[in-house]
Amino acid sequence: MELLEMITNIMTKNGLVMSFLVVGGVMALANLLGKATKGRIAGSAIAIVFGLILALIGGLVTGGEKGLSDVAMFSGLAVMGGGMLRDFSIVSTAFGASLEEIKKAGLPGVLALLIGVVLAFIIGAIFAFAFGYTSAADMATIGAGAVTFIVGPVTGAAVGASSEVVAISIAIGVLKSIVVMIATPMLAKPLGLNNPKSAMIFGGLMGTTSGVAAGLAATDERLVPYGAMTATFYTGTGCLLCPSILYLVLTMFF
Amino acid sequence: MVIYGLALLSGCFFGGMLLGDILGMVTGVGSNVGGVGFAMLALILISSKLLKENKLSTKAQDGILFWSAMYIPIVVAMTACQDVAAAIMGGGVLTIICGIVCTIVPLLLIPVISKLGAPSEPLPPLNKD
Repeated sequence: MELLEMITNIMTKNGLVMSFLVVGGVMALANLLGKATKGRIAGSAIAIVFGLILALIGGLVTGGEKGLSDVAMFSGLAVMGGGMLRDFSIVSTAFGASLEEIKKAGLPGVLALLIGVVLAFIIGAIFAFAFGYTSAADMATIGAGAVTFIVGPVTGAAVGASSEVVAISIAIGVLKSIVVMIATPMLAKPLGLNNPKSAMIFGGLMGTTSGVAAGLAATDERLVPYGAMTATFYTGTGCLLCPSILYLVLTMFF
Repeated sequence: MVIYGLALLSGCFFGGMLLGDILGMVTGVGSNVGGVGFAMLALILISSKLLKENKLSTKAQDGILFWSAMYIPIVVAMTACQDVAAAIMGGGVLTIICGIVCTIVPLLLIPVISKLGAPSEPLPPLNKD
């Protein structure tokens, strides 16, 4: 029993370093399974699904909001997978990316960004209405949640939505990023997601940085910098449009 | 030295974040707008110039490439920290349907918008070990 306590202690005290061990183990297992499918499913895609399953288990066991990292001995995962190191490594992937390819996607990229935000907002607002949330504030908040789980609460606070509606908007945003992670590698081929330009359009349309980054990583790692570059403008665009123009348009009808 | 590459990366990161924060303030959004995107652009521009002039040693490049290689493990750690339980149990039917439709519909637009502008060649096939 004392040995078990010592192990837990070491893992809790040295969280970040221990997270390398945990993730390394998960990656090794995922790559083994990937090889077993004869490379039909990429090891990184399996690793990401493992991550989601671990997050679900962690969330169910602790009742917390941060997946497996709410378990004390796995708390280092929150540092390794937190915003700082995630953004730092996303930026590093730009090393070696081609400027010519980025220029090619300039205008379509911007267009994808605007369409992506407005389309998600409209779909979210329609579903909100269909499920009985008929006030402009509620519809705007749930629509904004369909943009990303950050835009949802930002909009909810701006238009004065109830905390229940804000919670729904966050849940929709989180689910969207998870669906993007899983659906992207499966749909990559039929959608022609195999070149830098379509990756930038994909990033602009979907927007959820975590979903886009993980989805592209599981499809072809070399596409990550292109998708991530447009995706990082998405949340900002959403925060700009949702509580202002898009909300005002809704108030005209509801 | 490895740290030079890291310092360059961090410098680009800082510059991009600052620009993103300023843009967020100017537009009244109150959050960072495209900070990571600006940082990536800065890294591309500066590193390609340094590489052309042969001023970025292999060691310095290794410092940057280490973090690119850490990218997928970091994403795995990130997914393990998502609130998956709440996303599945939380908002019920509305959440699940909306989350799925909001993903699938925009995905279908990728081939449409890809037709605009100059075409881009598919990346060559990857030989994975």
